[in-house]
Amino acid sequence: MSEQLSYLGVPLARPKVGFFELSSCEGCQLQLLNNEATLLDFLNLVEIVNFREGMSERADTYDIAFVEGSVTRKDEITRLTEIRRNAKILVALGSCACFGGVNQLKNRFRDLEWVKKEVYGDFPIETMEVHPLADFVQVDLSIFGCPIKKEEVERIVTDLVVGKTVRHPEYPVCMECKANENICLFELGEPCLGPVTRAGCDAWCPSNRRGCWGCRGPAETANLTELEKIMHTYGFDSETILDRLECFGGFASFADTLRPKNIAELSSLPAQTKLIPSGCKKVPARRKKP
Amino acid sequence: MIFKVFKNQELARLHELLAVNIVVGPVAKGNDRNGKPLYDFDVVYDFNELALDYTQTVHSPKRFVLPYQETLSTFAVNRKDWEKHVDFNVYRPLVFFGMHACDINALNKLDLVLAQSTYPNPYYMGKRKNLFIIGIDCKPEPQCFCRSMGTDSAIHGFDVFLTDLGGKYFAEILSATAFDLLGQISCQDPSAKDLALYKQATNGKNKHYTAQVETSDLTKILDLEFESPAWDYWGEKCLSCGTCANVCPTCYCYGVEEHVDLDLQHASKTKSLHSCNLIDFAKVAGGHNFRPTSASRLKYRYYHKHRGFVEAFEESLCVGCGRCGTACLADITPPEVIASVRGKE
Repeated sequence: MSEQLSYLGVPLARPKVGFFELSSCEGCQLQLLNNEATLLDFLNLVEIVNFREGMSERADTYDIAFVEGSVTRKDEITRLTEIRRNAKILVALGSCACFGGVNQLKNRFRDLEWVKKEVYGDFPIETMEVHPLADFVQVDLSIFGCPIKKEEVERIVTDLVVGKTVRHPEYPVCMECKANENICLFELGEPCLGPVTRAGCDAWCPSNRRGCWGCRGPAETANLTELEKIMHTYGFDSETILDRLECFGGFASFADTLRPKNIAELSSLPAQTKLIPSGCKKVPARRKKP
Repeated sequence: MIFKVFKNQELARLHELLAVNIVVGPVAKGNDRNGKPLYDFDVVYDFNELALDYTQTVHSPKRFVLPYQETLSTFAVNRKDWEKHVDFNVYRPLVFFGMHACDINALNKLDLVLAQSTYPNPYYMGKRKNLFIIGIDCKPEPQCFCRSMGTDSAIHGFDVFLTDLGGKYFAEILSATAFDLLGQISCQDPSAKDLALYKQATNGKNKHYTAQVETSDLTKILDLEFESPAWDYWGEKCLSCGTCANVCPTCYCYGVEEHVDLDLQHASKTKSLHSCNLIDFAKVAGGHNFRPTSASRLKYRYYHKHRGFVEAFEESLCVGCGRCGTACLADITPPEVIASVRGKE
């Protein structure tokens, strides 16, 4: 471990890294630990000084901080600010950190008190609207996905250590889906966000015959207007489109424009078929910058 | 050309003789949401898996000679030096059992660029030279416009081409390997009746084309219509997802990336097929993008197929299989795009 890292005779610094989590399932960090085959090589490349899920030691002397999770409590803002202060590079790890992730589903409801009651009952805790990291601190690098793909993280970390530019695919998942020789899920009658979601996952879900839910957020050229038309052509209603677009938060701003249309659609249905539970007001809730 | 006929049941015997090799052919892949059967090329282990009456495969046979992803070279890195290993990724010959004329012509077009140019591509050549191709006749589908592109019949690029005469196959033999092979099954010379049936089959097929592309003066019209608003119309619909290029039997554009392994002791160079419709396709060092709009990217795909390639090789790079239009979720099809540029509704 103490041997000097080098590539082609060029000495390389072994960065000190820390892994942290805010509101999340910690599944992204688990993904890294899961990769037994390459774990030793990974540990050789970086010096981990802080990783609650993997070790007991703690230190605040890290160069790169990987932060998983979204910000849902005030104390998390303080913690995040502190991590930002200590780190040279702050990496948003996974969809929660990048866009709010599954957590931000609660932002769909205007009445957060009702949400809190549904979830915590008589034992309320202090929570607020869900925010991605970038709402509070500067994020230097985003690693997308729910969960992250470990091969991608390993590639990014290698690029960081060697000094290569870290690049993300800018095109959508369809590209990788076709390269996996899949038959388009739309043709098989399933909705999919592949045409608008950023690639890089190697079409993980569609290759397993599951339509994409957009966990990696929008591709650089996400043609959402056309996707909406396609969804309707293939017989999917606004509710289905919204369900997918709202799931991970990457498409929040477009979902905001669709929601009023959906409410109009729902309110034209006969009363007994309305799906909105009482107490839950499903109205546009644009996220506020603190 | 040598012509023979043989009974349909002899085909299983032909397969048996060839099955010492890897055999690839059209197989059924279930039905789409409307109950229409889907087909794709796949490795076939049993003659009964072959769906020789297939309509069209979702993907083209391109990937067997031009894989979507291919490792071009690997590097073993030591302290100050490295060792390069090159593998053309050709291990065994491949038998294509049942390829339509459009796809055979597509391989011929790929040859023009990748095999017959000044710098032949050894990765492509190695695979291409090791193919044994059995062509088979087809029934035109609504998306097929091969007749407009002059690719509805295959003149070369196969070993033997079969036409179903009902109970019998009419075989055009093009290679010595195919001649020797057919010598091992029960074959006859075609009778006058067989010839009549063959002509009938060909004439019957020609009546079924519905889609078409008007190619007269197309290179000139494309030149003149560079600023046509039609490009913006289709560009607005385009998802920039690259599906058209990925299902296309002739799109060969690619990108190359180098990866350093996690252990810093190995590296590799990988080629991935790209599409000119992708936003990062024309992005260069420094971040400038030569084709930032989807309209310009879509336009250049058509220019490459129907203008640039024609000027370089006197034939189009499109074989009119119609796969791109079928696969496009936004319903962008070559017959419609070209008609709109030509000013036809």
